[in-house]
Amino acid sequence: MNLDRRSFLKCAAACSAMAAAGSIFPGISFADWKKQEGASGMITWKKAPCRFCGTGCGVLVGVSGDRAVAVKGDPNCSVNKGLCCVKGYHSVQALYGADRITTAKVKRDGKMVEVPIKEALDIVAAKIKETIDKHGKNSVAIYGSGQWTIPDGYVASKLFKGCLGTNNVEANARLCMSSAVTGFMTSFGIDEPMGCYEDIDHANVFITWGNNMAEMHPVLFSRILANRKRRKDVEIIDFATRSTRSSQASDKSILFKPQTDLAVANAICHEIIRNNWVNWDFVNKHVSFHKGKTNIGYGLEDKFQFADQEEPLTFDQYKAFLDDYTPEKVEKISGVPARDIKYMAALYGDPIKKVTSFWCMGMNQHTRGTWINNLVYNIHLLVGKISTPGSGPFSLTGQPSACGTVREVGTLTHALPHGGVANAEDRAMAEKIWDLPAGSIDPKPTYHTVEMFRALDRGDIRFIWIQVTNPMVTLPKLKRYREGALKEDRFVVVSDVYPTPTTDVADVILPAAMWIEKEGLFGNSERRTQHWEQIVPPPGEAMSDTWQIIEVARRLGFEKQFPWSETEYIGKIWEEYRRFHEGPKHNMAPYTVLKERSGVQWPFVNGKETRWRFNPVYDPACDKGRDFHFYGQKDNRAWIWARPYEPAAESPDKEYNFWLNTGRVIEHWHTGSMTMRVPVLYNAVPSSYVEIHPDDAADLGVVNGEMVKIISRRGSVTMPASILGRGVPPRGQVFVPFFDERYLINEVTLDAFCPISKQPDYKKCAVKLEKA
Amino acid sequence: MPIFAYLAIPVEGGKDTLAAELTALPHCEVIPADNKDILILVTDAPDEKAERNLQNKLQKISSLQSLSMTFGCSDQPEKERGDHES
Repeated sequence: MNLDRRSFLKCAAACSAMAAAGSIFPGISFADWKKQEGASGMITWKKAPCRFCGTGCGVLVGVSGDRAVAVKGDPNCSVNKGLCCVKGYHSVQALYGADRITTAKVKRDGKMVEVPIKEALDIVAAKIKETIDKHGKNSVAIYGSGQWTIPDGYVASKLFKGCLGTNNVEANARLCMSSAVTGFMTSFGIDEPMGCYEDIDHANVFITWGNNMAEMHPVLFSRILANRKRRKDVEIIDFATRSTRSSQASDKSILFKPQTDLAVANAICHEIIRNNWVNWDFVNKHVSFHKGKTNIGYGLEDKFQFADQEEPLTFDQYKAFLDDYTPEKVEKISGVPARDIKYMAALYGDPIKKVTSFWCMGMNQHTRGTWINNLVYNIHLLVGKISTPGSGPFSLTGQPSACGTVREVGTLTHALPHGGVANAEDRAMAEKIWDLPAGSIDPKPTYHTVEMFRALDRGDIRFIWIQVTNPMVTLPKLKRYREGALKEDRFVVVSDVYPTPTTDVADVILPAAMWIEKEGLFGNSERRTQHWEQIVPPPGEAMSDTWQIIEVARRLGFEKQFPWSETEYIGKIWEEYRRFHEGPKHNMAPYTVLKERSGVQWPFVNGKETRWRFNPVYDPACDKGRDFHFYGQKDNRAWIWARPYEPAAESPDKEYNFWLNTGRVIEHWHTGSMTMRVPVLYNAVPSSYVEIHPDDAADLGVVNGEMVKIISRRGSVTMPASILGRGVPPRGQVFVPFFDERYLINEVTLDAFCPISKQPDYKKCAVKLEKA
Repeated sequence: MPIFAYLAIPVEGGKDTLAAELTALPHCEVIPADNKDILILVTDAPDEKAERNLQNKLQKISSLQSLSMTFGCSDQPEKERGDHES
């Protein structure tokens, strides 16, 4: 960074005045400082969404020359109002790790050698063609990410589903969000939250379901805490399987045994009905009752198939179903005292209180993930606390564009940018917009993520292109899938920014442009689409993932479908993609509007964003004259589902006597491939660890920092113990963050998944511990 | 070559006028707060004479209620300063 003495002094002068102003006028903001600094020739500030979680905080990136040198929260972004978390403030340092991948590499005679990127792209295109010729169209696949930009995912879907005719398109959001999707689809017939972050400013009660928001969504949790401090009538209930920083900050911490959230949610509904806290007017007008199959399995075997079968219920039948879930009975299953269940039911049932429920991975990474999503919706629907400011169920996302790229673009095997591959009208729409002959898109979904990597292992898939994700750290039961990727006659292409265990199994590595090194768009948890322009140049030959796919598509002969120039392709792609969502239910903002604002919420109709869906006061898709309109389902009602408690796929027994839970820490983003290269973040948490209850540690004879071997039926990993650290599990449970590739905890986990959503359960399997 | 920073308080309702008037002066950069009626003024006059002229002009601005200095620096090289002293 070049800064002359005089510029530095002027900057110091301005800072001193700001500090003085801040002490006299708390909360004062100088958002326009960026213009001043630009005029001084020091730092220019440009807007972008943070890329290190699903919250979608707006950041201003400070640029000097060609280098990003600073980050501050964007005070104009309604998500974070100028605040960032520790990852956000250090995010630009992730661009400049010493071992950044800047050139393409291909495997020759068992060794990776550098080649010009054009040559590598030639090889990728030729290999796709050769594999399809030899093994058929369903032998090639692409596996992306909730960190894919919207254009990345869109062109991937267009190439693979449209041009190549295979539905082998998946993204790692299958591992984090698909239960949320199937929860929405089964309860409301349409995906994504009805509310928005503004709910935080209106709610009186926040109940977090297995969700450590203090670390996973820290800016939103700060907003909750700020509201509690300001308004006095705000209460936070942390309902979880272990004590965390969120528990410490909450008014009440309630611990439940793994998997039994299903039973507790039903018990809350039982109590609401028993006490006649039901909002009958709402229920009679807007709700219908249903049940599905039970004993639905866990997906542990290859080619597992499941299709749910819906049957209507009456309210009385639903009420009778809940007879098995009295608080006293559920106390025995869940370990949650009946009085605490009644207390939570009373909060939901109080007609005066506005209640917002938050959840994320705890409910989604669950072998009954769809069911537990349904059950929390049931609670809100029974009391009519939904789709109004401050009252609603809110499924948070983990990744910056799990919603924007995976759920909205439809980068999952069954989906299209509008609707699904099984629907003839949806296929016809895609073929028309993509300028493809009718019948180009296959009506049959192929492989969800776990099954996709099983297919790679079996040899049903021979070519896979992995972008913006690190499955050789994140897949459950990892050993099988790593060995599968390394088998003879498998071809793995990896586009990434740093070396990872996934680039270790690659035949071709493509250097990728990261985040602000390219123009892009993300979509966050609250239906907010966020655009950023290219702010700094990518290093070496690094190229955006979108452009890599376009280059390969053209080499395969699809110039007509990918005609855009390198200077305007993002805007053109956005405007083409937007056609899929035309109409009041999902209309997206034009490119020109997105360029100007720090995000725009859809449906964007007549220049207006929609904050609460299904409520005619806010949602233009609702029929006029109704108080609510749940237009996603065929009966124009929201659906309450009778879903029972069923046990986990694997529970502790005499030999494997501990529950293993895995997750994240605030300092590191997912597998740590970026944040472990940021010195401040690395030094804050330099290694993973296993959290153990102090009594269990004493039984093992282990003290803090000593090595513990965690053994399951799949594998083992040895790592340091953390006793009474930031998280404390109950006796009989351990917790391991998965960010550290030196301690691959997914060697141990189980690849069981929710049969409806196909999302694996990373929160529950059985292990035993040994002092190493 | 003095550099100064001030908190500039406008007369009631005069924030925009004050920002415009200060911006129009030579050697002045203005940073308005976006949620309070207050501005930051950074001055960067090339020499003492220009600084005196600027001070005179600041005193005549009718939309300005008060100026509070938070930073001041002459920014003269050591040798130059020594020459003056001798």
